[in-house]
Amino acid sequence: MRFFTLVAALALLTIPASLVAHAHDHSAMGKGDAAISEGMAQSVKLGDLVLSGAFTRATLPGAKVGGGYITIANQSNEPDRLIGGSSPAAARVEVHEMKMDGNVMQMRQLKDGLEIPAGGNAQLAPGGTHIMLMDIAKPLKQGESIPVTLEFAKAGKVEVQFMVGRANATSMEHH
Amino acid sequence: MNYRVLRIAVWAVIAALSLFLVFTYANTRFGDKAAVQLGAPFTLVDQNGATITEAAFKGHPTALFFGFTHCPEVCPTTLFEMAGWLNDLGDEGKDLRVFFISVDPERDTPEVMKGYTSAFTDRITGITGNPVEMEKLIKGWRIYAKKVPTENGDYTMDHTASVMLLDRNARLKSTIDYKESPDIALKKLRLLVAG
Repeated sequence: MRFFTLVAALALLTIPASLVAHAHDHSAMGKGDAAISEGMAQSVKLGDLVLSGAFTRATLPGAKVGGGYITIANQSNEPDRLIGGSSPAAARVEVHEMKMDGNVMQMRQLKDGLEIPAGGNAQLAPGGTHIMLMDIAKPLKQGESIPVTLEFAKAGKVEVQFMVGRANATSMEHH
Repeated sequence: MNYRVLRIAVWAVIAALSLFLVFTYANTRFGDKAAVQLGAPFTLVDQNGATITEAAFKGHPTALFFGFTHCPEVCPTTLFEMAGWLNDLGDEGKDLRVFFISVDPERDTPEVMKGYTSAFTDRITGITGNPVEMEKLIKGWRIYAKKVPTENGDYTMDHTASVMLLDRNARLKSTIDYKESPDIALKKLRLLVAG
């Protein structure tokens, strides 16, 4: 859970103290990849939303999709919804949920988007909800950053830079 | 007289039944219960375009992983881990053959498969080909694979994410589940290559 912890820990740093109580407790700071950490440290504000820790992974030759991960904190007392997005790097940007049903991996597009709870946050992390960069124009290379415009039902649109980490950046247990 | 014949017949039936039960019990209890015969004949192509059949799984320990290249997470993660395990096994695992089998043959051409597997290690061979033949291989190993439409006419695949470990006779010995701890996975592989 190295990256998850790192994302969570960095998210905590960007959220005002009043909101910390709402966030899940991930007190242990993970050991992270320095290149990714720099990208993660940047956070973007859109109205009452704070977006931080955006990263994606280097894609493999032939792969046409990439997963985007980000933490979105909502400082408003009204919920909002992440409904989609766009990027010059991909033909389409969708919000997807991955889950395991026994040994079967399932992926679904969240057609109604993802709720960002009032005074809480949504974590798009490996193994769960993520942003799908579909039909990418060219492979995502480690060290690059990919601009993605995210669209929210209330807050509107904002461009976020997704840092491209290692291709196995989510392989948490292995080395 | 009739009664005696009947009595002997009944005893004979009981004796036969008992023998059968003892035999069945001994077979399941002490037989090679860990290995299960699955699989079905198929004719497909490997990532180099060469014909490959079920014979490729025999004569050496084998690991099968079913997935697709449009898979953002489970497939790359598992293949990266597999490359790591092969590395950890070193010489011990030199007989082990690993196959990445496409559940999405329409999009996964041999060229696509080759580019994809090569990014991990040269020890993993992609298998793809005619969707009808592919189905035989997938169903033969009791793998769940289902096309799920997304917007814009696109689709993704739900699929079994476990790695199947086969002994030298292509019988299922065990599986490595997604997110299995690296220690357990490595132990299972060591057992497989030793057996």
